[in-house]
Amino acid sequence: MFKRILIANRGEIAVRIIRTCKEMGIKTIAVFSDADKDSLHVRYADDAVNIGPALSYKSYLNVENIIQAAKEFKADAVHPGYGFLSENAGFAQACQDSGITFIGPSAEIIEKAGNKSAARQILIKLGIPVIPGSDDVIPSADKACKVADKVGFPVILKASGGGGGRGMRIAKNRQELIEAFPMASGEAEASFGNPDIYLEKYIEQPRHIEIQLLGDMSGNFVHLLERECSIQMRYQKLIEEAPSSFVDDEFREILGETAIKIAKAIGYFNAGTMEFLVDKNKNFYFMEVNARVQVEHPVTELITGIDIVKQQILIAAGKKLEIKQEEINANGWSMECRINASDPQDNFMPSPGEIESIIFPGGPGVRIDTHIHDKYMVGPFYDSLIAKLVVWAKDRPSAVKRMARALDEFEIKGIQTTIPFFKKIFKNRDFQTGDIDTHFLENSKL
Amino acid sequence: MDDKVYKVASPVMGTFYRASVSGQPPLIEVGQKISASDIVCVIESMKIFTEIRSEYAGVVKEILVENEEPVMKRQELIIIEKI
Repeated sequence: MFKRILIANRGEIAVRIIRTCKEMGIKTIAVFSDADKDSLHVRYADDAVNIGPALSYKSYLNVENIIQAAKEFKADAVHPGYGFLSENAGFAQACQDSGITFIGPSAEIIEKAGNKSAARQILIKLGIPVIPGSDDVIPSADKACKVADKVGFPVILKASGGGGGRGMRIAKNRQELIEAFPMASGEAEASFGNPDIYLEKYIEQPRHIEIQLLGDMSGNFVHLLERECSIQMRYQKLIEEAPSSFVDDEFREILGETAIKIAKAIGYFNAGTMEFLVDKNKNFYFMEVNARVQVEHPVTELITGIDIVKQQILIAAGKKLEIKQEEINANGWSMECRINASDPQDNFMPSPGEIESIIFPGGPGVRIDTHIHDKYMVGPFYDSLIAKLVVWAKDRPSAVKRMARALDEFEIKGIQTTIPFFKKIFKNRDFQTGDIDTHFLENSKL
Repeated sequence: MDDKVYKVASPVMGTFYRASVSGQPPLIEVGQKISASDIVCVIESMKIFTEIRSEYAGVVKEILVENEEPVMKRQELIIIEKI
């Protein structure tokens, strides 16, 4: 087993990974930028290394500095978290070349899986339904228009290098597409260090349903059921839950088997997620592989009792999966709200600033994953996610009530957050009954 | 205040960029003539890019901030002489 793991990330996910490492008796090395000196991940880790200035490309996207820190502090493995370098094949390769285990799939698989256009080609050959769109990365707005004319508007631009809504833009016509292209590419570059963009036909009224997978290096796979992530704002997930009220046992089996089939086809290993768009008739289209731990992994952990980060570490250390598919059952219901530093009263504009005070919710079935604390400076340099509020209860109606209760307890002073917005959603009748799709927030009058 | 001068301010705390995509030429240069609603710079805050447009036609008189420099909410970025 590894003795020392460097966490090549920041924020709540760095804290999350450190927690599992501590429980496994593994020493941790945090990396941090000039802006993150006071962050909790720095405090919780056994060692911490400054890797550069606040701007991501100078620190958290700086492969050279991170590898150097890993060598200097004798890390035998690196956990990349999500975002930043987590789906960067060059980084995985650099780890490997330095004799450090990358906790995730190999560079080659990341290249194949993380590169959505390449993954798509493989799946089309396998007969797995995909959304019509560009066969490859789109080099220019002009080429984007040609593809869009073929598949029909509306279309959506997506970043090849990573997910999470970054670099994602929708266009209803040629004019919008021409304007959206450079912005999408710029966001993709800033978020993932890769400006590549591809294009898809935009499916209307879909649900976002994804399957969490674990695969070891001997080719054994299990799926940890589905998550529903249909509550989105500008293609960014805001609320996730597991299981999905739209998925029955039969459909779950189909999705799970399809996800494993995709993973096997690309030789995938470690934790990963297969994302699907599902229309109201349960037609499903493969969207992308997320070759990393996801932001919303806690909802799966709470209904299955499986620590996904621990599984990632065990798999990376060459252990075989000890979990059997038949042992995995959904126990109760879990929901997650992403508490973002953005202002629901001002069109969700980013709301960086200093946190004056916080009161966290607690009590039965409440989990908080966060890096913030009183007097914490939420800078403008990184993602607006400041906390994940996750609840567990015996069924969906109870989980909805529990989340509403926890949101009422949650108080953050000094900056604007999405908490008041979530309070409204949890009072909405359509949401309460599970009548949702990815346009819920646009169409409901909250 | 001189009503012939228009100052573009940042709507949010973030990072100032002179180009839409890094590596590309700046959107504006000092002395350049611009039209109302032209994009003059981009502010990135929490990985969200906001294009900042000029409210007036004019000539770029001064750019007060360096590329990639952090800026505060309401900080003045660009001075434009209205025409």
